[in-house]
Amino acid sequence: MKGLKKVVDVIDMISEFFGWLAQMVVPVLILVGFGNVVLRYVGQYAGLKLTSNVIIELQWYLYTLVFLWGFGYILKNSINVRVDFWFANQSDRRKAWIDLIGHVLALLPFCILALYVVWGPVLRSWGWQPNGTWGTWEMSPDPDGLPRAPIKSMVLVGFGLLFLQTIAEIIKLVAILRGQQELFQLQKSDAPLRVE
Amino acid sequence: MGFEWLAIIMFVLFLLLILSGYPVAFSFAGTAIIFGSIGLAMGAFPIGRMGLLQNRWFGSMSDFTLLAIPFFVFMGAVFEKSGLAERLLNTIGLLMGPLRGGLALAVVIVGTLLAAATGVVAATVIVMGLISLPIMLKYGYDHKLATGIIIASGTMAQLLPPSLVLVVLSDQVGISVGKLFVGAIIPGIILSGLYALYVLVIAFFYPEKAPALPPEARTLKGMALARETAVAVLPPVLLIFSVLGSIFFGIATPTEAGAVGAAGACVLAVFNRRFNWQIIRESSRATANITALVLMILFCSTFFGLVFDQLGGQRYLTELLVNLPGGFWGFVIVSNIIVFLLGINLEFLEISFIVMPLFVPAAKLLGFLENDLVWFSVMMAVNLNMAFISPPVGFSLFYLQSVAPPEVKTRDIHLGALPFMALQTIALLIVMIFPSTVTWLIEASGL
Repeated sequence: MKGLKKVVDVIDMISEFFGWLAQMVVPVLILVGFGNVVLRYVGQYAGLKLTSNVIIELQWYLYTLVFLWGFGYILKNSINVRVDFWFANQSDRRKAWIDLIGHVLALLPFCILALYVVWGPVLRSWGWQPNGTWGTWEMSPDPDGLPRAPIKSMVLVGFGLLFLQTIAEIIKLVAILRGQQELFQLQKSDAPLRVE
Repeated sequence: MGFEWLAIIMFVLFLLLILSGYPVAFSFAGTAIIFGSIGLAMGAFPIGRMGLLQNRWFGSMSDFTLLAIPFFVFMGAVFEKSGLAERLLNTIGLLMGPLRGGLALAVVIVGTLLAAATGVVAATVIVMGLISLPIMLKYGYDHKLATGIIIASGTMAQLLPPSLVLVVLSDQVGISVGKLFVGAIIPGIILSGLYALYVLVIAFFYPEKAPALPPEARTLKGMALARETAVAVLPPVLLIFSVLGSIFFGIATPTEAGAVGAAGACVLAVFNRRFNWQIIRESSRATANITALVLMILFCSTFFGLVFDQLGGQRYLTELLVNLPGGFWGFVIVSNIIVFLLGINLEFLEISFIVMPLFVPAAKLLGFLENDLVWFSVMMAVNLNMAFISPPVGFSLFYLQSVAPPEVKTRDIHLGALPFMALQTIALLIVMIFPSTVTWLIEASGL
């Protein structure tokens, strides 16, 4: 378990880091969103075109980073919605069993499928062609738009983070079931999640 | 053809999985993985169809409606964490306090205002539970009335625009979020009107349940109170009306209005001298978490929907719903009953992602135009209001329990919610029987 603990610690750190990055993006997103509105309306009155597709697209690029970089983080910190009127009253062991079975049979295969499904389109977006040569990368169809390839690649990052964190969670759950939970700092989710 | 049974088993397994307590997002993904593989193995659909998944995911990333989520969540978080909400509540409480039932009326008014400012039920219920509940208890309010009015008014946040529920609904139903926002305004006002009326009736017939604030409790009077009102109440009200107004008059898209609202809430916090790094950090964390959570569920439910559709489940269900006795109205009534029953155990996120996409094709076949779909969605949002406060597992009940003083019994909170559920049923029926409560304002706004 000692060696695995190292693995878990590293993955936890990566997820925390990207979660922190995602949180840092939020104020920037708010500023860009507000700036876009201001430029659009000031431009309208002044008869100038002050805003452009760069700013408009930058908004959803940033928003995409906010959630994709958070995929590992929310799994690590148990930020999820459960229907828990039965679950809440179960023993820790049984809870661990439910999550373990789910993570192994459902979540891990899902991450692999997601990476597989997105891999090809992302490569093509970077300009890879089926005959093995590289063309130009995919650009926004709108004038002055941003390149699409980097943001599409972020889906790989998001599901990569989720995949890694799933492995870490599986190790933690096995540790709980073997009575070795004191090795890890575990996240408790007692309070109902405050979404709406 | 011939794989509908597989789709039905898939749906049942999914329900069992979420009832076991496994996270909803991963339950979607898990059942889709299992039944997608079975379907592939049995030749129900070609593997190339899975390629649609990445199209839809990339589509959700560049969707401008969903982009409104972080803006509105941030706005609400700043309102809550900077003490703007608290000050609003205190001041309106002082204004209304001298009236019999005035504190409860203040809760209705502030609940409605905060609902329009934050769109987050938890924040609204918790703030009012922390501030108004102790005051109401101290001056002898009936426990059931005090808790019921807080729960019901706080839950308005999910109905009144801008709200997370409406953004998600508009995405799942495929309608303009601007129209949905505007359409939800009158039903929201009807609901808070009914709550206020109920308080007045109780205060009139049972004065001991809702007494007026005694003179010694009124800390501010006259000019001081007028000044506090101007500082604490007017700016948030102006911000709320400018956000809603710009959507209503088509000056800004809901997403743009959200960006302005988020920035505006920060400006108000600055003027309130409560703006600091701590608040930005905490609001950003709440925003990032909720956005990631909603989009995770969306990504997973997209996969579930894709497999369910490929197995023919959608077609089967649509036929079933279209052929209900009573046609149009049969469908409307049955779907409301389904949502209400599911709402007792599930949360709005699950319901919006699970059942709404299933209803939409049937509704379109039955001749629903866009405004009808807006009406239908508003009805569902009113219906989901009940899900939030229905004992024993309504989310608003939990939120209030977590902050209520110990002398308030859980039983009182549960019983207190019942009259308000009755009022919500009345509002639901009004909206159902008179679709113009939704469509009139949309037509007037010219959206």
